[in-house]
Amino acid sequence: MQAAEMDICAKMKAEVPLLSASGVTRRYGARIGCADVGFDLWPGEVLGIVGESGSGKSTLLSCLAGQQRPDAGRILYDGADVLAMPEAARRRLARSDWAYVHQNPRDGLRMGISAGGNVGERLMGVGARRYGTIRDSAIDWLGRVEIAAERIDDRPSGFSGGMQQRLQIARNLVTGPRLVFMDEPTGGLDVSVQARLLDLLRGLVRDLGLSAVIVTHDLAVVRLLADRLMVMKSGRVVETGLTDQVLDDPQHAYTQLLVSSVLQV
Amino acid sequence: MTVQDYNFAYLDEQTKRMIRRALLKALAVPGYQVPFASREMPMPYGWGTGGVQVTAACLTPDDRLKVIDQGADDTTNAVSIRRFFQRTAGVETTQSTTGATVIQTRHRIPEAPLSEGQILVYQVPIPEPLRFLEPRETETRRMHELEEYGLMHVKLYEDIARHGEIATAYAYPVKVEDRYVMDPSPIPKFDNPKLADNPAIQLFGAGREARIYALPPYSRVVSLDFEDHPFTPSRAEHACALCGATDSYLDEVITDDRGSRMFSCSDTDFCASRQAGRPDGEGGA
Ligand SMILES: Nc1ncnc2c1ncn2[C@@H]1O[C@H](COP(=O)(O)OP(=O)(O)OP(=O)(O)O)[C@@H](O)[C@H]1O
Ligand SMILES: [Mg+2]
Repeated sequence: MQAAEMDICAKMKAEVPLLSASGVTRRYGARIGCADVGFDLWPGEVLGIVGESGSGKSTLLSCLAGQQRPDAGRILYDGADVLAMPEAARRRLARSDWAYVHQNPRDGLRMGISAGGNVGERLMGVGARRYGTIRDSAIDWLGRVEIAAERIDDRPSGFSGGMQQRLQIARNLVTGPRLVFMDEPTGGLDVSVQARLLDLLRGLVRDLGLSAVIVTHDLAVVRLLADRLMVMKSGRVVETGLTDQVLDDPQHAYTQLLVSSVLQV
Repeated sequence: MTVQDYNFAYLDEQTKRMIRRALLKALAVPGYQVPFASREMPMPYGWGTGGVQVTAACLTPDDRLKVIDQGADDTTNAVSIRRFFQRTAGVETTQSTTGATVIQTRHRIPEAPLSEGQILVYQVPIPEPLRFLEPRETETRRMHELEEYGLMHVKLYEDIARHGEIATAYAYPVKVEDRYVMDPSPIPKFDNPKLADNPAIQLFGAGREARIYALPPYSRVVSLDFEDHPFTPSRAEHACALCGATDSYLDEVITDDRGSRMFSCSDTDFCASRQAGRPDGEGGA
């Protein structure tokens, strides 16, 4: 292909949002998990989702990541209809293109397997069959998340909460996913540990050009990481916009309350 | 007890038909675990009730049956199962690998090459190779369905990271026909190469877990490994103290109460044939 053609291809590609959701609805019986949520996420963009407890953030995230099926709505990844594809294809996407960082590292790690094995699993899952290469990648990624290489054969059960969370991030990013879902990645950590993890995440997102959807109730997290913000209440999106705009000049009464209550703390 | 007390080979025809249907399905989808309605057998589960049910469903009055446990024809388990079928099916029995038409085995594949028309029936304790990595049955079934076998290599990775090599010596996992990962039952990995391209029909029966799986003749069977840590079918580096064989799987036997040991063939028919100067596997009656 000629350089000019490639340029055009790249541009055409960038005209499709990486992730596009519309009308996403999930009910739990009569209760609403999330309702009629829609947004576009562009390549390289980080979307923050904030809202009080029970507002539907986790429900929405797990629908987007294919972990549960919404009752209604459409989700397109790179133009492909995620809900229409066979489960095998969706799980393949989840293994290669996507990553999911759980709030509780125990949900995202295999506690009985060494740190190296945890990082290597996704590589082996997509077909890596050279032990030496897998091990080198594991060492490299432990380094990137500031875990000493000599801990490679230790099990994560002996790691601190912050280390476990960093290991979970390494395990997720090792296959070079394009889209990362994170549910309260800094929740449950000490404040100083949170700050360090945030720095690390920001560096990784920038260096790797990752697109991400980050759920949190911590406005400091979105201030630092998110380009755009979506505010949820009772399962619905009540406000959306550029992060600074929403935080500095909230339009919706609920957002005003959310922002002011945080500022008062 | 007489033969008349039972239907031929103990199980009623209805049950045998059900097992045969499972066997046909298993042969059609090599390496896939087919559920079947496992029956109570007049022996405890650890005794290979899965293998016994498969053998019962395969036997015809003209068959010659051989039963081995860890390669030996004369252990309690092998003797009881052989006697069970002598009584309930009245079939001829043999210790000769080449002379048998059906061989039921626990933990070994005979040394003598098998041939077309023979059936090898394995007793299987745990059919699911992913069990120790993922205890949830719903999840392991989905992993098979979607060919998500990365976890198997995680286990081998952990072996190498901890021991410097793949330490798994028994029940070494294999991939069948480029599709299903299968547990070959607790045979030593020395036997793994014999699973592949074998002219005989290989049937696996797990009684307690109620699963049957199979390898049709000449199946492609590959032991999982890494490019830089290839699979090696190891054996003790000795010759058999009884027949001098250097290419057979050996058992270490303690010979007196001062701890003297010797290595001898685990396949007693193979060893006896060699000692008697007969071709391998054409042992005594
Ligand atoms: N598995 C479930 N079964 C029934 N109801 C559920 C389930 N999961 C969530 N819900 C309900 O759906 C609504 C949204 O819950 P969700 O967990 O998505 O909120 P959240 O914004 O992530 O809250 P938090 O900040 O506490 O994590 C709540 O009313 C919740 O009780
Ligand atoms: Mg939540």
